[in-house]
Amino acid sequence: MMRRQVPLLICFVAGIVMLSQNFIPPLTWVYQQALEWARIISAIALFIGLISLVRVHTMKLKRKAANYRYSYVTLFALCYMIIAGFLTKYGLFVKLHAGCDTGSAWEWIVTALEKALNFQEIFLNVQIPIQATMFSLLAFYIASAAFRAFKARTFEATLLLIAAMIVMLGRVPLGQMIPGVKEITVWILDVPNTAAKRGIMIGVGLGMASTSLKIMLGIERTYLGMKD
Amino acid sequence: MTRRPHRFLRRAVLSLALPMLLFVLLVATGHAQSSAFDRPPAPVTNVALKDAPDDAGGAITISWTLSPDDAGGAMDVIGYDVRRSTSPDGPFQTVKSVPRGSSEAADETDLDSDVNYFYRVVVKDAKGEAPSVVAGPVQAKVQWFNLGRLNTLIATIIYITLLLYFIFHAKKGKKLFIRRLAGLDALDEAVGRATEMGKPILYVPGISQISDVATIASINILSGVARTVAEYNTRVIVPNYDPIVMTVAQEVVREGFLAAGKPDAYDEHDVFYVTTNQFAFVAAVDGIMVREKPATNLFIGMFFAESLILAETGASTGAIQIAGTDAVAQIPFFIAACDYTLIGEELYAASAYLSRAPLLLGSLKGQDWMKICLIGCIAVGVVTLLFGIESFRDFFETPLMIFRQ
Repeated sequence: MMRRQVPLLICFVAGIVMLSQNFIPPLTWVYQQALEWARIISAIALFIGLISLVRVHTMKLKRKAANYRYSYVTLFALCYMIIAGFLTKYGLFVKLHAGCDTGSAWEWIVTALEKALNFQEIFLNVQIPIQATMFSLLAFYIASAAFRAFKARTFEATLLLIAAMIVMLGRVPLGQMIPGVKEITVWILDVPNTAAKRGIMIGVGLGMASTSLKIMLGIERTYLGMKD
Repeated sequence: MTRRPHRFLRRAVLSLALPMLLFVLLVATGHAQSSAFDRPPAPVTNVALKDAPDDAGGAITISWTLSPDDAGGAMDVIGYDVRRSTSPDGPFQTVKSVPRGSSEAADETDLDSDVNYFYRVVVKDAKGEAPSVVAGPVQAKVQWFNLGRLNTLIATIIYITLLLYFIFHAKKGKKLFIRRLAGLDALDEAVGRATEMGKPILYVPGISQISDVATIASINILSGVARTVAEYNTRVIVPNYDPIVMTVAQEVVREGFLAAGKPDAYDEHDVFYVTTNQFAFVAAVDGIMVREKPATNLFIGMFFAESLILAETGASTGAIQIAGTDAVAQIPFFIAACDYTLIGEELYAASAYLSRAPLLLGSLKGQDWMKICLIGCIAVGVVTLLFGIESFRDFFETPLMIFRQ
């Protein structure tokens, strides 16, 4: 009973306060406070996430599940970045350099380690290019998705194809030289496109408000892992 | 003959006087110009103080007429300092600096409500500064209601009333019609297909936090999916972008398996955290799709630029794909690459559609009525404005104007 009622009561009170602070300025501090709490909870939750990640991959290694070797890579990268982060943050290499003789083998080792474990360098030269590579895939996927979407099988698909052709032409210098294309492009984007987007957004706004109210009133409680 | 010396003298005087006069004029003008640059700028005038409206008492708005050397004159003003004190005699401390051309500033620095504050605006140039006369007192007062949101409050009350009416109406047991949602109808078929193929189902609850209503809507759908999956003895893989969403998803999937009477079939390692880095998450999920080859991919929640990368990779593996998002910019990508797409509000209707709970269906009816009201208002507004009648549009501003006055 308590397991069900207490979370619903907290949710109801919090919902009412958060709704009220929109209209009562002296209550805005509650919202600011809630944001602070959310940040703290997120930081703690990251540890839970980390534990989950490590457990899943150690389990794969233990069971020798399919493609388990990738788990070695994940766990190695995780540990490597944690160690690099701490060493960079606390300036260990600066202290080690101070105790080295110039030109000695020890200095060479420390310099090599410093380069290999430089958090910022790894981030800039490994993670950012990998992220950029993933993002770049989008260009190819847009082409393949457009190829499928613009096949003129039905009336709607033909309409989509014509609109897309005009907009694409109107967005490149060559197309803009054709009289009227630029104006039609602007019209398509500003009138039917904006109208459709706004229609969806009004529906989304009402859906959000409705879901929020249902959660506040305890009608919608599946997010708590409960059925009606 | 007698006139000649006079004429000569007059010419000589004129020829000397004109250059001298020109010289004097040039020197005088130069001096005037250099003196305009050498002296401090002329001070600002008409300093007006106003308590910032609709706030909790933490701000005062200061406005002034620009220094004559900013709006014209020497044009060498650098900027203005707004200085504050609790006494007209000072000391004044700078609380805000604004660039030249600015005639208004808001002071939001450590103001206490119901305390008298005095201000002076100091204009600065390279050679010095000139303070205005002291203005004040003014108080930063607490407003107990944000009048700027009066219209929002009225609309909110109307909407909540409509929702509550239809929710309680539904409670009485009246049958409500709900239109078919192909994407949700296909869920059973998709789970059945996965069972037949002996492959898992991949469920991605978006890449946003639990505070996002779209994520909560996704979790509601996950609840129904988990139950169906448990009934079919299939496996569901739920990779998570956010650790809090992961904990909620774990609980919901566990409850789903419990509700289906198969708690032992639940594997907590199937609902796991991946990373909070957008493209690293995409890489991980793409990897799962390519290696595990799920029979069905469900992308439901809030998505950003990664939507098409996920959906296209899924399409290349031959999986049935059902997507649902309220991110307007991502909807076309999902429509192009997925078999079924829940568009915008359909995402929020899914929970009611799947459970068919009367209370949830009632809220959908309330939503529809509010939409009818809005569509009606928009249509009437458009028509009246086309005929040059502005009174209907003004009607929506009237409550606000009445209270302001």
